[in-house]
Amino acid sequence: MTGSNLDWTIVRYSVFSLARQALAGHAGWPEAWRKPEPKRRYDVVIIGGGGHGLATAYYLAKLHGITNVAVLERGWIGGGNTGRNTTIVRSNYFLKDNAFFYEHALKLWEGLSLDLNFNVMFSQRGNIILTHDFGGAEGATMRYNALRLNGIDGEFLTREEVRRRVPDLDFSPTARFPVFGAMNQPRSGVARHDAVAWGFARAADRRGVDIIENCEVTGFDIANGQVTGVRTSRGEIGAGKVGIAVAGHSGTVAAMAGLRLPIETHLLQAMVSEPVKPFLDTVVISPGLHLYVSQTDKGEVLMGGALDGYNSYSQRGTWPAIEDVVSASVALLPRLRGLKLMRTWGGVMDMTMDGAPIISKTPIQHLYLNGGWCYGGFKATPGSGWVFASTIANDAPHPLNEGFSLDRFRSGRTLTERGVGNLPHHH
Amino acid sequence: MLLISCPFCGERPEDEFGFGGDASVRHQGGGDGTEPASVEQYADYLYLRDNPKGRHAEYWVHRYGCRRWLVAERDTVTHEIFSVKSASEGGTG
Ligand SMILES: Cc1cc2nc3c(=O)[nH]c(=O)nc-3n(C[C@H](O)[C@H](O)[C@H](O)COP(=O)(O)OP(=O)(O)OC[C@H]3O[C@@H](n4cnc5c(N)ncnc54)[C@H](O)[C@@H]3O)c2cc1C
Ligand SMILES: [Zn+2]
Repeated sequence: MTGSNLDWTIVRYSVFSLARQALAGHAGWPEAWRKPEPKRRYDVVIIGGGGHGLATAYYLAKLHGITNVAVLERGWIGGGNTGRNTTIVRSNYFLKDNAFFYEHALKLWEGLSLDLNFNVMFSQRGNIILTHDFGGAEGATMRYNALRLNGIDGEFLTREEVRRRVPDLDFSPTARFPVFGAMNQPRSGVARHDAVAWGFARAADRRGVDIIENCEVTGFDIANGQVTGVRTSRGEIGAGKVGIAVAGHSGTVAAMAGLRLPIETHLLQAMVSEPVKPFLDTVVISPGLHLYVSQTDKGEVLMGGALDGYNSYSQRGTWPAIEDVVSASVALLPRLRGLKLMRTWGGVMDMTMDGAPIISKTPIQHLYLNGGWCYGGFKATPGSGWVFASTIANDAPHPLNEGFSLDRFRSGRTLTERGVGNLPHHH
Repeated sequence: MLLISCPFCGERPEDEFGFGGDASVRHQGGGDGTEPASVEQYADYLYLRDNPKGRHAEYWVHRYGCRRWLVAERDTVTHEIFSVKSASEGGTG
């Protein structure tokens, strides 16, 4: 299938189209999105075909009637952090700006498969956030009280309640990290990461957005303080407005426009074991150990931890971080001992100096920045696209992302969940 | 595993070291007796960083070794380390 001749009656995914295609030997499925040549000019150009860039384009077309839009992706759709993360979706934040933004995203997640006509496999299985001592429980209770005051769900589980929910944790008297209790956000969960990119790509394409892969942005055209287009590996493309949504490459792309950002790019790794029978139907997180563990639908045990610890664009990590994650996982869940590690991988993370994202206008007219996602951008995906589309369409932030301005670092309105200083390793 | 050549201790694995970030960051005003920094200068000092894809001059501290602060020049894509100096000689900050 090429060009705009797609027959959307075949393309709409349903049990009927599945049956029809099954009878035809599944040979008739069309491509999920077109592969157009770039036009010479677009009303809006989005740089970066990760979840955020694609969601932005989708909501520009769906909610703001702006359909002359291109998403320019250097590699392929789903090749960035969208397809590399541990897929945790939650909205259990303390500060109001974070809490209301992520809660808005979570509400969009709850209707996303239907909205996109693509199953993103959003599974609200909760996040069991362990505390290992009384002090940890006090801190967690304070956070969850804040959540409840903001109208967001949360509960505290006692040690016995955690034992019923996750019996495989080490509850023995000699446990290295004893379980004191846990916080849970029942509406939180996980989703299928690739499906999020593919679903947004397909839905944006259906509304007329051009998704252009293998198209690297190499520079900006800026005249009189206003952006007028981008230079790319596939030629110059004029643009009324340009949005940057390149995650780990925020610093390098912004530098092409002469901007220096409060962001460092760091490497985060994740890993999976060989598949085993289902034993874990929720996400287990230990903030103290900086660890998160879940089990995928394929049965693999999926584990992630902290950054490798120094600036990196390599998408490939080193051993110490893997050893930390595995040893902590085995200490918490002794039954993991003896499992084989099957794969490890890494993604490059845009770490801001306060741990909150930047979704903002920039000093250059009609150039907008969406970045600084730290560890947490997957869960933000629909919300991020939603507010970024609004910011671009109206040339002004939406109330939900007013606090995420680039100039908060100069005005002193930083958003540090933990109330500590300028370090590029917060959440 | 990175191997970092500490000028005092020789080649050591990365987990003996702590990372200190962009070595081009300079404290603005005040400390060296010049004019105090403006709010903007101070905010830039606190928050803005060079974040290159490629060669990067950065601080490391040999935490579980001689405990000296070092400045390394490293490629942020290949992790090749070009030089490691004592921060008191090689530092730019
Ligand atoms: C190991 C790991 C675990 C994580 N776990 C979680 C989690 O459990 N929950 C959570 O919420 N978040 C998690 N994250 C973070 C989350 O994945 C990211 O914050 C989020 O995916 C970033 O937004 P994105 O999807 O748009 O980024 P990406 O998918 O990285 O998209 C950015 C795109 O921009 C493209 N690009 C870059 N430069 C250019 C250029 N010059 N021209 C054109 N295109 C360009 C890139 O190729 C890339 O495809 C994790 C990340 C990693 C690496
Ligand atoms: Zn030393």
